[in-house]
Amino acid sequence: MNKQISQIGLVALILMIALIVGTTYWQTWAAAGLAARQDNAIQRVAQFQIKRGLIEGRGGHPLLAANVRQKIRGNTYYFRRYPSRGLVAQTVGYSTQGKSQTGLEKSENDYLTGANANLDTVLRTALDRIKGVTITGNDLTLTVRGRAQRIALDALGTQCGAVVALEPSTGKVLVIASTPTYNPNLVEHHFARIARIRAQCSPASPLLNRATAGLYTPGSSFKVVTAAAALDTGKYTLESTFYDPGYCIEYGKRVYNFRDQSGPETFGTLDFLTALQHSVNAVFCKIGKRLGAGTILEYAKRFGFYDKPPLETPANERAASGLYAHGRLFRPKHDYQVDPGRLAFGQERMLVTPLQMAMVAAGVANGGVVMKPYVVDHVVAPHGSLVTRTNPSVLGRAIKPSTAADLNTMMRAVVTGGTGTAAQIPGVEVAGKTGTAETGNSGINTTWFIAFAPADHPQVAVAVVLQNQTGSGGTTAAPIAKTVMEALLSNS
Amino acid sequence: MTERNRELMSLVAVGALTAIGFASVYIAREAVISTASLSYAAIFFGLYLVAHIVARLTVPFADPYLLPIAGLLTAIGVTEIYRLQPSDAYRQGIWVVFGVALFALTLLFFRDYRRLENYKYLFGLAAVGLLVLPALPVIGATVNGARLWVKLGPLQFQPGELAKLALIVFLAGYLREKREVLAQGRLKDFGPLLVIWGGAMLVLVETNDLGSALLFFGIFLAMLYAATSRLLYVGIGAGLFVAGAVGAYAVVSRVSERVTVWLHPWTDHPVYCAQTGTMTLRQNCAGYQPVQSLYSISNGHFGGTGLGRGTFSTTSGHELIPYLNTDFIYSALAQEVGLIGAAGLILVYMLFVARGFRISLTADDGFSKLLALGLTFGFALQTFIIVGGILRLIPLTGITLPFVSYGGSSVVANFILLAGLLLVSNRANAPRA
Repeated sequence: MNKQISQIGLVALILMIALIVGTTYWQTWAAAGLAARQDNAIQRVAQFQIKRGLIEGRGGHPLLAANVRQKIRGNTYYFRRYPSRGLVAQTVGYSTQGKSQTGLEKSENDYLTGANANLDTVLRTALDRIKGVTITGNDLTLTVRGRAQRIALDALGTQCGAVVALEPSTGKVLVIASTPTYNPNLVEHHFARIARIRAQCSPASPLLNRATAGLYTPGSSFKVVTAAAALDTGKYTLESTFYDPGYCIEYGKRVYNFRDQSGPETFGTLDFLTALQHSVNAVFCKIGKRLGAGTILEYAKRFGFYDKPPLETPANERAASGLYAHGRLFRPKHDYQVDPGRLAFGQERMLVTPLQMAMVAAGVANGGVVMKPYVVDHVVAPHGSLVTRTNPSVLGRAIKPSTAADLNTMMRAVVTGGTGTAAQIPGVEVAGKTGTAETGNSGINTTWFIAFAPADHPQVAVAVVLQNQTGSGGTTAAPIAKTVMEALLSNS
Repeated sequence: MTERNRELMSLVAVGALTAIGFASVYIAREAVISTASLSYAAIFFGLYLVAHIVARLTVPFADPYLLPIAGLLTAIGVTEIYRLQPSDAYRQGIWVVFGVALFALTLLFFRDYRRLENYKYLFGLAAVGLLVLPALPVIGATVNGARLWVKLGPLQFQPGELAKLALIVFLAGYLREKREVLAQGRLKDFGPLLVIWGGAMLVLVETNDLGSALLFFGIFLAMLYAATSRLLYVGIGAGLFVAGAVGAYAVVSRVSERVTVWLHPWTDHPVYCAQTGTMTLRQNCAGYQPVQSLYSISNGHFGGTGLGRGTFSTTSGHELIPYLNTDFIYSALAQEVGLIGAAGLILVYMLFVARGFRISLTADDGFSKLLALGLTFGFALQTFIIVGGILRLIPLTGITLPFVSYGGSSVVANFILLAGLLLVSNRANAPRA
């Protein structure tokens, strides 16, 4: 009988070995795949055992994201709180149960949870795991100025729109406001209250980051790009003269000048500077037809159009500016596919984000060099050492320094005696350009103002957009741009 | 060193391990180092010291490693149960005391265990009777879809665990007596076996408990093969079982559900969920428990989260995995002690099984050999069925992990099993007079 007993014993031991093999499989081979699964409840809980890094801004150090510690049945959890509520809501985003994250909370999750692949922090986290210490993430400090951000939000008020302010020499995002905003603390348990938010546009879309993902017709603010192309190619100078009959003929039809150009409806003979100063469509229409759509779009690309602006927020919360057809970015293969006259004054099918228009203003302000915009200034480990600091980097040169200087002169004229006089700041020279884009509904416009100041030594570039306006860019958006620039210049 | 001194040394080591394990859970839970862990280990050690003294008096020549292994496993079990549900750990502790008492009584009163052979039919009947109990009205109770429990006032127990032992005694006696004739293949000698077996199977299907059906059938086949050395019987038996399983798959919805979940625990598209009557992904319905249990294991990785530091509940304190401290205790342990600890735990089971087979090999009479074989193989197979089910090696069926899972009947039955093995071992090793 012993032979049989040995055989059965062998079977029993093989069964036990199978258990070790099975356990090994799930704990090594399959572990990463299982951890990544959406329905993995342990991973969902585990993220709350990590003390996420804080997010704070500059200028009064507003605390944008923090944690509250709660002990439940012997386990310690950290839940996210947003003490500054709606201040930078769309850009900071939120992190809730169910793995749902947006904004920097999502894109900077590795830093915030200390999972970033920095040898020093990896070693520390591994040691912390062994010691059973709570894993603490790294703190983010943003480039956003809290006070100016608040002023921008207040200036936007109940209107739907956005304000983006950049430091032209570095690309630092100083203000990134989008209204209506929302209180991220409500996302977890009171989402219905966010869904009920109403504003002067429909849908109100408070979660949408209009500054980076809102696409609007640029209207005359795009003339800065057209003018850049006109001057940079050498085909026009500030002194080039034009005859303005009050309209431009396109495809056999008259396209009339915009009513509100702070001057006569028909200028007659005028120079290039005056044409931008008063935003004369007929002139830009002619320039556009001579340059061709390809050249204008080429210069737009040099400012960053047709690419998602390289900000740290998630890619799906940023949109590329450019021509759009059927809801998708349209790259014309031939000039005849685009109406160059209407493109030149920012209509056609051109759609832009406020961030992109701020980059245009900043590029001109910075002598033609566009800096990469960034919103995370530096990251600090919980023990105080610097993990990383964002160094300003060049996105590209858009135009020659001489072209930038000419545009600077033209844009100053807009504010001193053109469509943008509402942006004048006492004691500071401001350069800007208005935009009033038709939306297809008569009397309802999207209004713009892009600007930088001080004009001779720019420290701030700004883009303001407002939806559903009955006024013009000069009367609606320019005062907001002024207020925000004043705030930034007074404390920088 | 004598066998019993070796046992005592091993028990000291187990006591030290117990103190360390409990201390780490205590530190993780309360963030303080307390002498409570020492007193807990001391009580545990004292309990096993009593068991050891009884063994010293009654079975001086028995295998010295089985008792310490059982001590280690129960200590691991109680520690993990304390970590999961402190009030359950207290109750489990009481059951361990009760188990040790029955262990001592078994050693004291069944030293001449071979007399049991004379009562084999009584054991056979007792086995069936115990299995029928939960199916009876009033006292029977259904838990988690299986009718396995008997409720008598505040007491509830699973008679199946004791039925398993009774059945092994019956089979050992019957097969010892009839092994020669059975080996010749005379059909009428299989009669009583088939009757008892058929009855048992019927009851098992009736109570919806598949894990036990597989366990009982496996023990039966192993003992039959050892007694007759006819592989053909094993083949026929396995064939019958497969046929029965296929039949059950078609007829019993619970079986088909288990198999479906085993094969496809995750779905990409919503499927019908019988619990809620809606369409949901299977991993959120029937597959929830096994899938979350795998997540628990995989979260342990190589070194584990550490005792007391695993994640078993949501942030609001709800349990992630139901039946964690009974059927799924292996998933909890694997997360907290990691691959190193889980593999170590299986090795401890392997050691127990290896010692058991050694006893079966060294025993010098057929009844003893078959008894030790049945007890040991049953122990091994039970471990395989529950852990293999959790690891998705086989369809998952809820049975207890010997000595570790929370559950009074299981603990008590396993202590009697341990006593049985020690009795056989003592007789095999005793010097011939």
